[in-house]
Amino acid sequence: MSRRGLDDLFARVRAEGRTAFLPFMTAGLPSPDRTVECFEAMADAGADAFEVGIPYSDPMMDGPTIQVASARAIEQGMTLKGGFDVLRRVVEATGKPSLAMSYANPVFRLGPDEFSRRAADAGAAGLIIADLPLEEAAPVAEACDRSGIGLVLFAAPTTQDERLERIAARAPVFIYGVAELGVTGERDEQSDHPRTLAARIRAITRVPLVMGVGISTPVQAEALAPYVDGIIVGSALVRRALQSPRPITDIAEATRSLVDALSE
Amino acid sequence: MTTAVGGRAALRMDRPDEQGRFGDYGGMFAPETLMPALQRLATDFADAWADSGFVAHFHDLLEKYTGRPTPLHAADHLSEETGTRVLLKREDLAHTGAHKINNAIGQAILATRTGKTRLIAETGAGQHGVATATAAAYTGLECVVYMGEKDIERQSLNVQRMRMLGADVVPVSAGAATLKDAVNEAMRDWVRTVETTHYIIGSAVGPHPFPWMVREFQRIIGDESIRQLEGESVDVVVACVGGGSNAIGMFYPFAGRDGVDLVGVEAAGHGIRTGRHGASIGAGSPGILHGARTYMLQDDEGQVLEAHSISAGLDYPGVGPEHAYFADTGLARYVSITDEEALGGVDLLSRTEGIIPALESAHAIAWVAKDAARLAGKTVLVNLSGRGDKDMDMIAAKAGIG
Ligand SMILES: Cc1ncc(COP(=O)(O)O)c(C=O)c1O
Repeated sequence: MSRRGLDDLFARVRAEGRTAFLPFMTAGLPSPDRTVECFEAMADAGADAFEVGIPYSDPMMDGPTIQVASARAIEQGMTLKGGFDVLRRVVEATGKPSLAMSYANPVFRLGPDEFSRRAADAGAAGLIIADLPLEEAAPVAEACDRSGIGLVLFAAPTTQDERLERIAARAPVFIYGVAELGVTGERDEQSDHPRTLAARIRAITRVPLVMGVGISTPVQAEALAPYVDGIIVGSALVRRALQSPRPITDIAEATRSLVDALSE
Repeated sequence: MTTAVGGRAALRMDRPDEQGRFGDYGGMFAPETLMPALQRLATDFADAWADSGFVAHFHDLLEKYTGRPTPLHAADHLSEETGTRVLLKREDLAHTGAHKINNAIGQAILATRTGKTRLIAETGAGQHGVATATAAAYTGLECVVYMGEKDIERQSLNVQRMRMLGADVVPVSAGAATLKDAVNEAMRDWVRTVETTHYIIGSAVGPHPFPWMVREFQRIIGDESIRQLEGESVDVVVACVGGGSNAIGMFYPFAGRDGVDLVGVEAAGHGIRTGRHGASIGAGSPGILHGARTYMLQDDEGQVLEAHSISAGLDYPGVGPEHAYFADTGLARYVSITDEEALGGVDLLSRTEGIIPALESAHAIAWVAKDAARLAGKTVLVNLSGRGDKDMDMIAAKAGIG
């Protein structure tokens, strides 16, 4: 699939007046042989698209849950090649647009062209690179264009309006609004940051806005739904993949309640 | 190639380019949440560094609080033993026992100037943690230091010092539980607290403007050495390289001078061929670590590899981007010394000069001893980056004394 898969998804949810749900899961969880089944269960529960986490040795933007997940996946033999393979099978099995999530070093180690070509070959619709800000994005954005996939750019509560304009001007496949300050992980409380940021972004651009980081419960998701095109939940699902005795059933249930919350 | 006026000196970069790069290295590979703070920091630092009041305050603190200038000591007994004239820049005599205080003081007063109320730091050997805790106590700012569990164990004296100074030392258990993992954790803290907190990175690493700023705060080592040499020329300048702050502070003022050979000494750990080492330049490849493009230890798919060194301060799989630039342009060259050789360096300097060096600094001493034959008759300036108190347990255990 190409970037079109995501462009179409956002056009559709806007037409339907709803909010898309894009769960994150680390490739290789809950176990190497059940990871594709886990994504299928989330698709059946109503997920619209996926963020497939390619486990990285030094996930600087991730809190303890995804750190542990990445380390475990790597220990159990997950590689970059393996991660792309999971992504391919997920797209084949579910037909959902899927993004590969990684860090800058693997991208530049392979080279932006090779990395995005491999992602595109695996059927990815786009890339999310946690430590690739606007200033460093050009070579990757150009490589993604050549491969026909989308690059996601971030906007954070700390991002000034002038900078938001420059981010939007690069026409990313969507803007990943960082809902809360800090790294990925569940939060009990929701601050004012996500709503303020969403309003600021909306005032500047029509580029689809998807929010993640620190959104973990249906209540939190529902509160933001009116302001965004999509919601990403990662740690709350990954925690279940790590800890639950029936991880896939639990993840499917959690997905369903998040999807329901977004369509209220 | 023709040598223009200045020759190699023209390669030296006063400051990184607009993208925060030294040649192909450096940059700002940071999460978006930090980008505005990093850009602001670059401007704030540039303003402060151009403000004679700030610079004077910095130098005044270095002099009256940290005890600069540190002596340049002619190590006659070591010279005799090695057949080369060795001069030691005594950073071990700076307050808190290493060069790290230069940078910590500089960044702490910058943090005060920009209204931050909390300081965080990572530390490997504990020297940067102690320096930051000291600067925090002095400036009255809150202080949290991230330190790998393995390092907490092997540098326990410094953990006690940090706690005495009022810092909160947070153990990090991820990965190999060493310096790289402590940097990750400090970055994660900063992403959450960036509005109130300044991250005092402890070496010439990290996203722009850190490598440049740390070099500027550390160049006092080289600038002072040049003054203390009073016109005497040196043939070789040697410093150990972990992230590379003591080395770049010493090298930068000398870089591009004709006839001066700059030698950075990385950790060879168990030996380069064993794969268990910290030689990012000597045995690594270009990649992106902790926000900068630089030489690093990584596998074919870009996973970061663990470093190995007996010395916690050199046990790091990356190096400051300006060193990567120096290596590629030939402004400096980089060699390595094993754990065992470094222990020999501790022994040698202790016996000949009555100075117990830090295990990090002992790598530089050991290289001089090892290469003595080729250095015969030359004048070698060694940056003695720190003192060895923190390493006594480990050294005693290895040497079978104590
Ligand atoms: C005494 C001493 N020397 C050297 C280093 C290595 O750091 P750098 O390469 O930044 O000077 C350390 C780091 O902890 C240290 O404590």
